Amino acid sequence: MTNQTVQESLNLKVDLNGLQLSNPIMPASGAFGEGMEGVIDFNALGAIVPKSITKHPRPGNATPRVCEVPAGMINSIGIQSKGIEYYLKHTLPFYEKYDTPLIASISADSIDEFAEMSEVLAAHRRVDALELNISCPNLKGDGQAFGMDADITYELTKKVRQVSDKPIICKLTPNVTRIQDIALAAEEGGANALTAVNTLLAMSIDVHTRKPKIGNVMGGLSGPAVRPIVVRMIYQCYKVTNIPIIGCGGVMNGEDALELMLAGATAVQVGTASFINPTAMLDILDEIKAYMKEHKIDDINDIIGQVDINE
Amino acid sequence: MESLKMKILSNVQVSERYWHLSVDASQLQTKVSPGQFFYIRCGEAYYPFLRRPFSIYRINKQEKVLEFLYLTKGLGTKRLTEMKAGEKIDIFGPLGHGFTLKDDASNILLLARGVGIATLAALAQEALEKNVKTTAILSARTYNDLLATETLQSFGAIIHKVTDEDGTSDVHNVSQLVDTIMDRDHIHAAYTCGSKRLARLLQEKTRERQIPAEIALEENMGCAMGVCFACVCDIQEEDEIRSVRICLDGPVFPLEKVIIP
Repeated sequence: MTNQTVQESLNLKVDLNGLQLSNPIMPASGAFGEGMEGVIDFNALGAIVPKSITKHPRPGNATPRVCEVPAGMINSIGIQSKGIEYYLKHTLPFYEKYDTPLIASISADSIDEFAEMSEVLAAHRRVDALELNISCPNLKGDGQAFGMDADITYELTKKVRQVSDKPIICKLTPNVTRIQDIALAAEEGGANALTAVNTLLAMSIDVHTRKPKIGNVMGGLSGPAVRPIVVRMIYQCYKVTNIPIIGCGGVMNGEDALELMLAGATAVQVGTASFINPTAMLDILDEIKAYMKEHKIDDINDIIGQVDINE
Repeated sequence: MESLKMKILSNVQVSERYWHLSVDASQLQTKVSPGQFFYIRCGEAYYPFLRRPFSIYRINKQEKVLEFLYLTKGLGTKRLTEMKAGEKIDIFGPLGHGFTLKDDASNILLLARGVGIATLAALAQEALEKNVKTTAILSARTYNDLLATETLQSFGAIIHKVTDEDGTSDVHNVSQLVDTIMDRDHIHAAYTCGSKRLARLLQEKTRERQIPAEIALEENMGCAMGVCFACVCDIQEEDEIRSVRICLDGPVFPLEKVIIP
């Protein structure tokens, strides 16, 4: 048997509770866009996730917006956005030429605004699911976010559930004491799936100038530095919830993605890795296939949550 | 844009703070224009984590060699100096838009400081190919830092050197120099890179004399593909201030439109 036919016999399809993906790899919001068209084939991805959209245009935060730290980066972009009108007129039509399911990431200032935007976006035929960004650390002072409060998460998800028949994914923040409480609140509110997790609130100072390295003082940490925390949080969510989890944080290669899946992720988002290696998502897919062959796994679903723990 | 592993042909120190890197670009299919940049991974480790953007210094089309002149400034460029001839280097590019050199231009002025000289050297090379007369004012801390002078001279540019060490690089002096050149020659286009002070000066001079001008900007980058919105700057277009991405919409912009902080 040739390598080709072996690979074709592998099942990489996963189901996010109503959203079927041809494979588990997709971009993380904010680390994907039209500019990557020349580098990777969007049809090879499990899903596409354009950058979070806001109702009105937003200018974004002061520069510098990114800074490097060991094994990672801090960003505080501040969701620079052209607003939902532009998104409907230009962004969604741009992706018409691809078959890949599109997850619309939404950022809003209030529960009502989340519902209002969700209703509009869920009604659009190119939108296959909604990802509620209830966890961006860069919008309010001190990194406050809706997803830090279980009651608000529940109310918000429930309100969006009422206006959308399409799958809802709540993107959780890691900047909480007990992520399980937020995960359960989202599930009770009617979320189909969870994304675990957004960036970790962080800060870095230039000791020579004594200035913060980020214009907005604090920002969100991403990259391999955060991966062990993300693996722990996915594991914690997986143990208490019954809805699928999209793992997100620090995945640089196939083994990293598999680690998140073993902890309980059904699918995996790749963000910062694409900045280091523009073809990272496709390379990760190839590495997952190679791992499946090596370990004689026919179906990727057989590894989800299968970390071997003697309890 | 292509993501390639290119063979390093040489990577040598050329002055106290500057290094020169040449890579074998025979695999590269995309045409490279002066002002465009490449996003280069400085080593395999996770620190430095991000790639570093480097503008193209010289394009050797016959030999298919790309050259970069870089200033050792921080961790990334320090790691880059450790890479040796024969090793492979992870290069992504060419990225962004380069300079505009119109066919009817016969006289151009370059105003560059520090490592910005390297960026404009590539343009001087194109000017030579198009038979355009180039005058360049090169500014640096020390004479030692003016190492691209000979390259620019080899491209036929007339060079005016100013430095901090001999006290000739202050804006007032450069302003007089720009006036002298602009009074003497009919400058069709002007270009700048490497200094905000000099960019403001050139903005003023080219506005007064209605000469088209361009600036190459630099900023910390994330993706370098226009998706992350890390490297932004403001552009003034009529009454509207617009945020643009340096990696995608630039790094070269019309000087008159850029709001220089």
